Amino acid sequence: MPPRLKPLLPLLALLFLAGCSDSSYTWGWHVVSPFDSRGMNNLQFLMNGVYSTISVALVSITLSVMLGLIFALPALSSNRWLAIISRIYVELFRSVPMLVMILWVYYGVPLLTGLQLSVFFAGVIALALCDSAFEAEIFRAGLQSIDAGQREAADALGLNYVDKLRFIILPQAVRRVLPPLGNQFVYMLKASSLLSVIGYSELTRRANELVVVEYRPLEIYSLLMLEYLVLILLASWGVRALERRFARSDRGTARI
Amino acid sequence: MSGAALPARQDETPAVRLVSVEKTFGDYTALKDINLEVRRGEKVIICGPSGSGKSTLIRCINRLEKHDAGQIIVDGVEMNDDTRNLATIRSEVGMVFQHFNLFPHMSVLDNLALAPMRVRGLSRAEAEKTALALLERVRIPEQARKYPAQLSGGQQQRVAIARALCMKPHVLLFDEPTSALDPEMISEVLDVMEELARDGMTMICVTHEMGFARKVADTMVFMDQSRIVEMAPTEAFFDGAQSPRTQLFLDQILSH
Ligand SMILES: Nc1ncnc2c1ncn2[C@@H]1O[C@H](COP(=O)(O)OP(=O)(O)OP(=O)(O)O)[C@@H](O)[C@H]1O
Ligand SMILES: [Mg+2]
Repeated sequence: MPPRLKPLLPLLALLFLAGCSDSSYTWGWHVVSPFDSRGMNNLQFLMNGVYSTISVALVSITLSVMLGLIFALPALSSNRWLAIISRIYVELFRSVPMLVMILWVYYGVPLLTGLQLSVFFAGVIALALCDSAFEAEIFRAGLQSIDAGQREAADALGLNYVDKLRFIILPQAVRRVLPPLGNQFVYMLKASSLLSVIGYSELTRRANELVVVEYRPLEIYSLLMLEYLVLILLASWGVRALERRFARSDRGTARI
Repeated sequence: MSGAALPARQDETPAVRLVSVEKTFGDYTALKDINLEVRRGEKVIICGPSGSGKSTLIRCINRLEKHDAGQIIVDGVEMNDDTRNLATIRSEVGMVFQHFNLFPHMSVLDNLALAPMRVRGLSRAEAEKTALALLERVRIPEQARKYPAQLSGGQQQRVAIARALCMKPHVLLFDEPTSALDPEMISEVLDVMEELARDGMTMICVTHEMGFARKVADTMVFMDQSRIVEMAPTEAFFDGAQSPRTQLFLDQILSH
């Protein structure tokens, strides 16, 4: 367990004890207890959802970052039409609630295309589209924060657009947007819980299914919260490590 | 054009020629009827009060600003919206900025090697060889592996000069190369520039360092209110400026 998690243990214990003292509710932790054979089974069933949660979040964020970058670049273009297209994209996808997008992609799109998407694929598309609008704004801010002198120096040397982006602008911009990108990843991990509504068997879906069998919503959903907490602490620890690496090699990030 | 009637001169084409160049920013006219011809090897120094359009003029030459009317011809090639010819011209025209505009995420060596590798297609070994030779020439060979932030202002500006030289430009543009420097660092940069001038580089330089101008310039240009008010050989310019505005400006600047 990373050392960062230790301070949280007393907090969780406190929560648990507070619950115990309430005489009107008898806790039934055995449904998810590792010391109980059925509990152990349930626990494994719940925890195995973590792979689905992580994989859908990772694939979605990757796609979303790429989309975000693609739509952030024209926003900075001197071409008005490109900038407008980018603006429309951002406004459109920023305004669709994720849950609505998930339902629309999973239930709606097949009616249009006659193509039934898998829950994973539909989930990725919906999450990535919604999130990409935010990524685009993050990248736009990052790109705009680079001093105009950097572009001018690159232009004056005769670098073309792609090289200017690849060697001068992006390496500097990515370092600056790493914290908000990490934030979006955390958000994506949580948002993946919405995919439970279309039956994607990730953490939340499994918890829902177990609740129906065991009638222990308090214990199971509490455990679910704990699962997300651990997952996200690990993720943010990873993002910080990445930030530190970028900061240490401060500059040496651009190989020609 | 009337020039066609004159006997054809056997001179090579001028390095830079501006004919009736105009530039506006919205309602404001930043350049009015600018005519300037710079021979190969000629050193032109431009001075004038703040806001007179010196930077705009120099930035139009490598099209960091687009002029609105007139012609700018660099090495016999006219500057227009044809980007292919733009990249070529830019790589033939070096520029040194007031604020250096070095790439902070790259080592000094990479700052120098990037454009030769990407624009000229040199191998890393070739590019680094040229880079090291030029660092020698600007007298900081020992700083090759450092990053810009680790250098003094004077050293950074010398790196910037070396970076421009790496492209083996035909013309070097300087926009107030010493005005962001502490006084004790000005001379180390001016020394390097003087040496370049002696080696026959074509230079167009905005500066208020009149001692340097007297030593180096072939032609002095005085700008005021978006126009070239006076253009004269250096001796004549300093010994008896024609326009009272020039005289006033010189009196002010020389009395410092
Ligand atoms: N991008 C721009 N947009 C609008 N106005 C501009 C822009 N660039 C320059 N100007 C205006 O054009 C005029 C000339 O500017 P320029 O920078 O060429 O002056 P300068 O002679 O270099 O002055 P300084 O000695 O202060 O550097 C100024 O009035 C300035 O406000
Ligand atoms: Mg200026």
